[in-house]
Amino acid sequence: MNAEKPAERTRSPEKTTVSPGRRKFLSGMAGAAGGGCLMAMGVGIYSRQASALPALALRPPGALPEPEFLAACTRCGLCVRDCPPGILKLAAPGNLIPTGTPYFTARTGPCVMCENIPCIKNCPTGALDPKLTDINDARMGLAVLIDQETCIAFLGLRCEACYNICPVAIKTDNDITHRAISLEKRHNPRSDRHAMLLPTVHSEYCTGCGLCEKACILKESAIRVLPPKLAQGKGDGHYLKGWEEREKHGRSLIGDQLELPVRGLENKPLGDVRVYDEPPSNTDPADTHGSDPEDKQ
Amino acid sequence: MSTRDPNKRLGQDAIANKGWLVANKWLLLRRVSQLGILALFMVGSWFGVWIIKGNLTSSLVLGVVPLTDPYAFLQMLATGFLPAKTAIIGALIVALFYLLIGGRVFCSWVCPVNMITDAAAWTRRRFNIKSNHAPSANTRYWFMVGTFVASALTGTLAMEWVNPVSIAHRGLFFGMGAGLWFLAALFIYDSFVATRGWCGHLCPMGAFYSLLGKAALLRVAAPRRDACDDCMDCFGICPEPQVIRPALKKAGQDSPVILDSRCTTCGRCIDVCGKQVFRLTHRFDQRSSS
Repeated sequence: MNAEKPAERTRSPEKTTVSPGRRKFLSGMAGAAGGGCLMAMGVGIYSRQASALPALALRPPGALPEPEFLAACTRCGLCVRDCPPGILKLAAPGNLIPTGTPYFTARTGPCVMCENIPCIKNCPTGALDPKLTDINDARMGLAVLIDQETCIAFLGLRCEACYNICPVAIKTDNDITHRAISLEKRHNPRSDRHAMLLPTVHSEYCTGCGLCEKACILKESAIRVLPPKLAQGKGDGHYLKGWEEREKHGRSLIGDQLELPVRGLENKPLGDVRVYDEPPSNTDPADTHGSDPEDKQ
Repeated sequence: MSTRDPNKRLGQDAIANKGWLVANKWLLLRRVSQLGILALFMVGSWFGVWIIKGNLTSSLVLGVVPLTDPYAFLQMLATGFLPAKTAIIGALIVALFYLLIGGRVFCSWVCPVNMITDAAAWTRRRFNIKSNHAPSANTRYWFMVGTFVASALTGTLAMEWVNPVSIAHRGLFFGMGAGLWFLAALFIYDSFVATRGWCGHLCPMGAFYSLLGKAALLRVAAPRRDACDDCMDCFGICPEPQVIRPALKKAGQDSPVILDSRCTTCGRCIDVCGKQVFRLTHRFDQRSSS
């Protein structure tokens, strides 16, 4: 190109010093650079926009936090291949889940919490963290009893499907201690004489496996596994729980409290809040059980 | 000697001289390689015998040897994430292999998209489609650099969202979804818009592998270049026609070896040449009839 310069100068010295060859080279280069960068920009913008994980798509156990996971996952599908129940899938293009990344859907195929966590074993990059060795430490999501209007336990019936299926429990030969879901006994105000046994999730134990969501007997599950970010609030840390502090320090932090009696509940053991117009009679409990209060009058 | 007869099909002389089988030898071998690699992944899901598990981005051979696509690996590094040892070893193995054998050997012997774009090239020849709005062939290198920048800025393996190679291969084994439309669009683009538009001009993965194979040992050469009768069949069939001239016509080089790293070592020039000018050899083979 330098050889062309003198000829160029003699032809039109005042006009231009760019030879046609160089012009072609430069414009070709600019076209390639412009086109290449434009395509890369399109790819970048698309990949960023399509990075949101829908709430109902759950990552395999041990998955790094979502932003890191998207940097680390090569989308190779080894976890999918190594999943014994075959619940893991790789998202196909056009799916709302980040293309090619592994996920499962609790309602249709929950994680069965294999003890040896085979899905993590062959992950080449550590997108599924090999530091997770106890499946009970997995946090794929958090189960939330999200609809109290349809959950039949809240309607006063006994169901317990989610409670019974929950695998986060300590099992011995003749006993089982559920940890992630407990049944909390509450007074049923509608019948006024029955208990409601309400499934209650404990976040410190729930792995987010989704077995409860799958087990829910309703058409649409009343209990769902959500990303912890959607499911959990977070306090500022300046709320101290008096009962915890008292336990910790062996005394109340604000000194002894004056306990005033509650009218009508004098001489009742703590927790017995039944109020009677008259002292309870000694009639056969089977007699009154289930009959309407109005019948007595 | 002869100028090209427009009604003559590419490789007709070669078929007449060598027979159909020899005149398609390298094409057939490539298809066996491409389909064979797909089959190795497939037998696992069909029969539960895992020879190779995963997909082209990352896989595990016989449960022991990890393989990772170095292009995806570099995107990962660009995000700032340092992957576990397995992926590093896997990327090194694959990079070393293509470094020695020839980067773009991946393109013509392994990549599943090659079959799509070859089909598009065939369609162009068969229906004599001449329209060509191909962008600059250097676009791919800029695009490649751009994908690393995009990965760094977005914190994800940016190209892996849309990489047709990954979409095709992953799709075959894990569900294609809308990827099918994407690949169809690629076929239409290559057939009707731009000759060898994707593989020869845009694909950043091909660009990466071409740079990787700058000093590769396995090369095509034109040792019998004085027998060339200028029939142009090799230029007509070659996916990167510009790479042939320096070796065949001594344009800027004396060596008969095609040294341009954009050559995919597909061997089609060897196939279609009726004069048996070309052969597959190594980089330092200087034997030449002229």
